Amino acid sequence: MNREGRGATTPHIFRGTSAGPVTFTGNRGLDLEEGLIFEIGRTEVTGVDIPEPAPFKDRLGGHARTAPLELPGLSEPEAMRHYVRLSRMNYGIDSGLFPLGSCTMKHNPRLNEKMARLPGFADIHPLQPLSTVKGALELMAELSRYLLELTGMKAVALTPKAGAHGELCGMMAIKAAHAARGEAQRNVVLVPESAHGTNPATAALIGYEVRSIPARADGTVDPEAVKAALGPEVAALMLTNPNTCGLFERDVVAIAEAVHGAGAYFYSDGANFNAILGKVRIADLGVDAMHINLHKTFSTPHGGGGPGAGPVVLSEALAPFAPVPALIATADGLVLVEDQGADGAEQALGRMSAFHGQMGMFVRALSWMLSHGADGMRQASEDAVLSANYVRACLMDVMSAPFAERPAMHEALFDDTWLADTGISTLDVAKALIDEGYHPMTVYFPLVVHGAMLIEPTESESKASLDLFLGALRDLAMAAKTGDKERFLGAPHYAPRRRLDETRAARAPVLRWVRPEPLPNAAE
Amino acid sequence: MRYLPLTTDDRAEMLARIGVPSVDDLFADIPAAQRAHELPRLPLHKSEMEVERALSRLAAKNVPAGSVPFFVGAGAYRHHVPASVDHLIQRSEFLTSYTPYQPEIAQGTLQYLFEFQTQVAELTGMEVANASMYDGSTAAAEAVLMAHRVTKRRKALLAGNLHPHYRATIETVSRYAADEVVALAPVPKGGEDIIAAIDAGCSCVVVQSPDVFGNIVDLKPIAEAAHKAGALLIAVFTEAVSLGLIEPPGAQGADIVAGEGQSIGNALNFGGPYVGLFATRQKFVRQMPGRLAGETVDAEGRRGFVLTLSTREQHIRREKATSNICTNSGLCALAFTIHMSLLGKTGLTRLARANHAAACDLADRLAAVPGVSVLNDTFFNEFTLRVPGKASDVVEKLAAKGILGGVPYSRLAPKSGLDDLILVAATETTTEDDRAAYAAALKEVL
Amino acid sequence: MTVRYTKDHEYVRIDGDVAVVGISDYAQGQLGDVVFVELPEIGKSVTRGKEAAVVESVKAASEVYAPISGEVVEVNSELEGAPGLVNEDAEGKGWFLKLKVTKPDELSELMDEAAYKAFVDTL
Repeated sequence: MNREGRGATTPHIFRGTSAGPVTFTGNRGLDLEEGLIFEIGRTEVTGVDIPEPAPFKDRLGGHARTAPLELPGLSEPEAMRHYVRLSRMNYGIDSGLFPLGSCTMKHNPRLNEKMARLPGFADIHPLQPLSTVKGALELMAELSRYLLELTGMKAVALTPKAGAHGELCGMMAIKAAHAARGEAQRNVVLVPESAHGTNPATAALIGYEVRSIPARADGTVDPEAVKAALGPEVAALMLTNPNTCGLFERDVVAIAEAVHGAGAYFYSDGANFNAILGKVRIADLGVDAMHINLHKTFSTPHGGGGPGAGPVVLSEALAPFAPVPALIATADGLVLVEDQGADGAEQALGRMSAFHGQMGMFVRALSWMLSHGADGMRQASEDAVLSANYVRACLMDVMSAPFAERPAMHEALFDDTWLADTGISTLDVAKALIDEGYHPMTVYFPLVVHGAMLIEPTESESKASLDLFLGALRDLAMAAKTGDKERFLGAPHYAPRRRLDETRAARAPVLRWVRPEPLPNAAE
Repeated sequence: MRYLPLTTDDRAEMLARIGVPSVDDLFADIPAAQRAHELPRLPLHKSEMEVERALSRLAAKNVPAGSVPFFVGAGAYRHHVPASVDHLIQRSEFLTSYTPYQPEIAQGTLQYLFEFQTQVAELTGMEVANASMYDGSTAAAEAVLMAHRVTKRRKALLAGNLHPHYRATIETVSRYAADEVVALAPVPKGGEDIIAAIDAGCSCVVVQSPDVFGNIVDLKPIAEAAHKAGALLIAVFTEAVSLGLIEPPGAQGADIVAGEGQSIGNALNFGGPYVGLFATRQKFVRQMPGRLAGETVDAEGRRGFVLTLSTREQHIRREKATSNICTNSGLCALAFTIHMSLLGKTGLTRLARANHAAACDLADRLAAVPGVSVLNDTFFNEFTLRVPGKASDVVEKLAAKGILGGVPYSRLAPKSGLDDLILVAATETTTEDDRAAYAAALKEVL
Repeated sequence: MTVRYTKDHEYVRIDGDVAVVGISDYAQGQLGDVVFVELPEIGKSVTRGKEAAVVESVKAASEVYAPISGEVVEVNSELEGAPGLVNEDAEGKGWFLKLKVTKPDELSELMDEAAYKAFVDTL
């Protein structure tokens, strides 16, 4: 597909850097600029009508606020306009294909939003009497049942608030289990070099020494390399499966056996769970703990960087160490055990946060699961994997795909070999994709290949949508090879901002607004 | 299936292009012995109507706060959230966007985070704030870890009147990181002597104000004593609205402020998602955990925003990162910032006064019930009631009468032996009728 | 003045009994824009091959290892406000720290300028 042949997407109708006249406002039609609330709001304005209470004697004991409070207010119409304009400078899944590898940017059904806002879920307090929240506990139990059916595991800890928090939960359970066995001396965690940065960061946070395991030539972990690194000092292996190169670790069973044989536990990073829903139960692979990102696999919205939710499933060996609060089914119904050491939580590892986890996300995730059912979940995984393999198959001749001798799982990995001698980098390709109306793929991750581009189409794209995206990437590949550098080096041309100066931001950080000094002549 | 766009024909064409006969071939790397073929115990897909019916049935088994006189707080507070807030956070471009790694197409997120950081810094009286944490309790735990990095000491001193769940959250991560925690005993009436427990081994002193019992704590002398011992003061709050009316921790010498932001813009949600607020001094910024949005310019010199100082973070620093945190609580931070922009100084101050007035009125009404006393000399919108008998029984009896009257302290700390205390909160959402009904019901159940 | 280099791209310039340590011009080119340099405290003892400082670009943080053992007697406080000096003049104004050398013998194990240049050419 060539660029000139695509009628409606000729650049001149987009907002270019110098296309058209300079406007007085800085706006360009529907592309609207917007100042900060500190520039447009005023402290004496409020957009919320609150009745002033009748005079009363305060009980502040002399601690009334004297510090300045420079918070500008906006009337409701001003606030609507401000945030609507800001929203229009963002790209979301609803805007277009969002192939961000490792992040699973799938469709976020609006039914889930509606369900989470039912007053029976949104307007209940975590500490109101348990007799008044029986439906909430039932929902948590039902979500747990689904997660356990999908993984074959023994127990699930619902409270972790995001993937990294789930990792922390799982690794603390492992540490508790070793301590209970009298093996607290185990202080090393094995992490393959392709792992997400959260894995070594989590292990280090709770005092483990991180030992890196190299990948073998085909992008997977060699069980022999794991065996060689195991010893009486090793507490656990943290392995992402499918891994960050988008491959299923086919020797995972042998790896798990070796890990268990050495008295260590097997932590699996569940970031890429979307590839294997209903296709394999991770318990059958020998996994002891795995977090599940509800905001990836189960479609709860990413929300511009959270909130997430990271429940952790645990094997029989680790189940007793699940944190509080723990939901336990008894003959009298569901019981929420909130205190460490209480009946049902005698060996609990402790408490991860103030309350019971991300209930709002539980509702959305269960809504997605009920909607899909057993058949739909398997189909979703199959479509995600099919789409990723299709992407790889359609780009292999113009881009370079390492490890292509194995089937991809839900994401397709490319390196920058195909850009050699073009003077164009992976980052430039990402920025050029912005001009084509796409969110870029994940770039420079995983670290194990040079100039990585990781594409995860998810199951949410139609074939027509995939084909247009593939056309755009093929066109960019041709442009790179024929020396059309300006299309890359200056990109993005058509975004609300051109490339931003990150060096300046980091050298002299400006992290908040401060009122500008009045101009010198204004004081005269 | 309504969420899956591929048709059977599409799938066949795609398989042909890939060059495999069946989709199962793509899963060939999963060992055959472990491959699952179905999910026998889970039902098949459901229509939107059926899902709505099933979930509505569960929701109907709960008692929503808005349906009864409601006085439950202890770390999460029911406030009125303007309709525009919930509408705006559901804009697709906010709801379905990712962490702003590609700043050219994420200026909306980055600019509101910059506004959020400024609002949090202003509210807490601090110099700089991050782009949010999971919630108040995890923010407090991260604050302790940060204090250890700054001071190169590894002992945290926790005030006795710190929310017991915050204490447990800090103790848990500290235990696994092999850091020391000294937690003082609770003093429900307030006035605990924290200063006497500070020594030269402490990296930080963690003090909540208003504390879990509702008492407003004078942080200034504690900050001075902490600094004299080379330790940092970490100030914690669970009710952000309180800072509209009481002196902020930044003006009292706090070095790190960690608090819960749920009560501005966010629903109760049975405990989550919430939004942790985290602020500190400029000089400690490189030791701060979490995401940070910063101002810069683009290639044409126009103002823009980026995530910055990211070399502190896990995706670059790996095992040497300041924290393992990957996400913030973006959408909840957006709700906070929109609600705060609507309020402004004028609205926030008035909201805080309305809360305080409601609580003062309620305290007077409940203190007049025979056998009941209010312990606090000072409070904002929550105070502690001493009742005859077990607080948990009283709360259950009130619930049976259709009044959610507060949190028995014993639910938060079963081993404390403080079984006759109820934490009672009143916000702008309580009416005079609600408060009268509470007093009347309390009289009846005692 | 003697200048020696390590395979990790630190240099050490001997000036009397004081050694000036920084990263090579090649290293700054590889890092890109330097945005922050974390320097040790004065008086700290550093051991050859162990971390002495950290240099950060926008997207990376790298440890700087001591090319030679010694005690830190001075750090380049100008880098605090102007980390770009490392890019502009890595082996001059962009120096990191000065050491009082405790094991002068270690110097013989490092590369001289010609050997380092040859080493860089192989990369």
